[in-house]
Amino acid sequence: MRFKGKVFKYGDNVDTDVIIPARYLNSSDPEELATHCMEDLDSSFTERVEKGDIIVAGKNFGSGSSREHAPLAIKTAGISCVIAESFARIFYRNAINIGLPILISKEAAVNIEEGTCLEVDLEQGTIKDLDHNQTYTAEPFPEFMQEIIKAGGLIEKIKGEVGR
Amino acid sequence: MGMTMVEKIIAAHTDEDRVRPGQIVNARVDIVLGNDVTTPVAVKEFNKIGVNRVFDRERVVIVPDHFTPNKDISSAEQALLVRKFAREQEITNYFEVGEMGIEHCLLPEKGLALPGEIIVGADSHTCTYGALGAFATGVGSTDMAAAMATGQLWFRVPPTIKFIYSGRLNPWVSGKDLILYTIGDIGVDGALYRAMEFSGEAISNLSMDGRMTMSNMAIEAGGKCGLIACDEKTREYLKDRAVREYTAYESDPDAEYEKIIEYDVSEIEPQVAFPHLPENTRPVSQASHVKIDQAVIGSCTNGRIEDLRIAAEVLKNNHVHPDVRCLVFPGTQAIYKQAIKEGLIDIFIDAGVAVSTPTCGPCLGGHMGILAKGERAISTTNRNFVGRMGHPESEVYLASPAVAAASAIKGYITHPEEVVR
Ligand code: SF4
Repeated sequence: MRFKGKVFKYGDNVDTDVIIPARYLNSSDPEELATHCMEDLDSSFTERVEKGDIIVAGKNFGSGSSREHAPLAIKTAGISCVIAESFARIFYRNAINIGLPILISKEAAVNIEEGTCLEVDLEQGTIKDLDHNQTYTAEPFPEFMQEIIKAGGLIEKIKGEVGR
Repeated sequence: MGMTMVEKIIAAHTDEDRVRPGQIVNARVDIVLGNDVTTPVAVKEFNKIGVNRVFDRERVVIVPDHFTPNKDISSAEQALLVRKFAREQEITNYFEVGEMGIEHCLLPEKGLALPGEIIVGADSHTCTYGALGAFATGVGSTDMAAAMATGQLWFRVPPTIKFIYSGRLNPWVSGKDLILYTIGDIGVDGALYRAMEFSGEAISNLSMDGRMTMSNMAIEAGGKCGLIACDEKTREYLKDRAVREYTAYESDPDAEYEKIIEYDVSEIEPQVAFPHLPENTRPVSQASHVKIDQAVIGSCTNGRIEDLRIAAEVLKNNHVHPDVRCLVFPGTQAIYKQAIKEGLIDIFIDAGVAVSTPTCGPCLGGHMGILAKGERAISTTNRNFVGRMGHPESEVYLASPAVAAASAIKGYITHPEEVVR
């Protein structure tokens, strides 16, 4: 899988409460959730985001609540991939389980700037900064997680197994 | 080389004799938990899997606690969806309004979370049950769906950081202060992907309620779980509650820890975490005179009977400051009833406190105590993120029930000793 898009850059500890505030959790409709994505951190996010865009953030992205509404909102808003220095563990699981591509790269997280145009190759784990002609390599996923990603998420993977 | 507690528990739920940090395993789970926010998404995913029934109707626990009693029409519809699923699946442990409490107060009280078990919950504070010696961890809704369908889930075996708390607690210092102090020390990602193991004299002396407060906030340091070994106190607590037999595990003396961190608790005073991260902690003596508009006492962190007793001790023969709204949320119906029996609710009402039926309420900015722009709350809850309790420009300061109650009386953040002599 390859993606190309412009960067939305955020700092450390972006928590799931700012990704999708609890006041909107009385709905679980992804389209509805997406209209409030990042609202408390970046109020113009939903107006500016275009299909394929990429979030680049610092440490501990997705910390806090287990709400899967957070990666769902990001994915439905059109974000193709999240790159961070590290991810909070429940967010990490959720992203893999629902098929929101994530990549871990400290270098990329530190160097890439807001608005930059990136090209990401998920299989290779490469992140190409097209504006500065710079390439970063992300940490590879353990094989087990790659299987989930390849199956298209945890539910698809299990479906195959329980159906056997 | 021995194994840590979490490694032993995970190994016991697989076909392996031993597991190692970093290894990915499929393990059997003992309890799968969901609430009214996370279960609707899980039900949607569950229906895609193609199995008709949950793996064990007695081991799926569903507690509508976040937006219940229903706060508006959309939450009513979510609660209805969850209720229907629970009925169709004949879930034994579905707790309706009137029976329910905040999930992490309720499960231990009902004896549903036991030592040596693996408990997964679609709620990040599932780590609370680590206080009972269980490997309990928060997951997402898709994980909940998968676990409900198969009775199993994938885990990456975490490395363990051991925390040793030695010495005796100062007056007014509680489990909440120890965990805030710890998070202040290691940071909100200080235990990322790690198991935290709490031990030492101060932990042995802590009540079960205080231990649960500590394990509850393991996630606030990024931890996967916050374990405390099962001891006499645990067994006593579970004596008339445990719904199943259980096996307790302890770390081997030669277990391999990633790190060992030691604290002398006699040096710790009551703590306050400033906005907007739980790691922004300061001793209360350096936090005084921050004016507050609201004080919240309750939640899965501090809504247990011991918490209410301490708050009542401070509020007795005192009155909430005229500029402050003080709200108390007992964690469960049983805690509520016990508080009535002990006269705590009388003390609260006489002091001008609003007491609510059990609910998550304001803790997540859900309902019953939302903050306006620019308002400030002191709260016994666990998160003070931007917008957590209402308007994105409101502020939450985290503290113990004693500090929250004292602050409610004075109108600004206050050390309890200034109110109770
Ligand atoms: S009380 Fe707060 S932290 Fe605890 S489960 Fe409810 S919303 Fe979550």
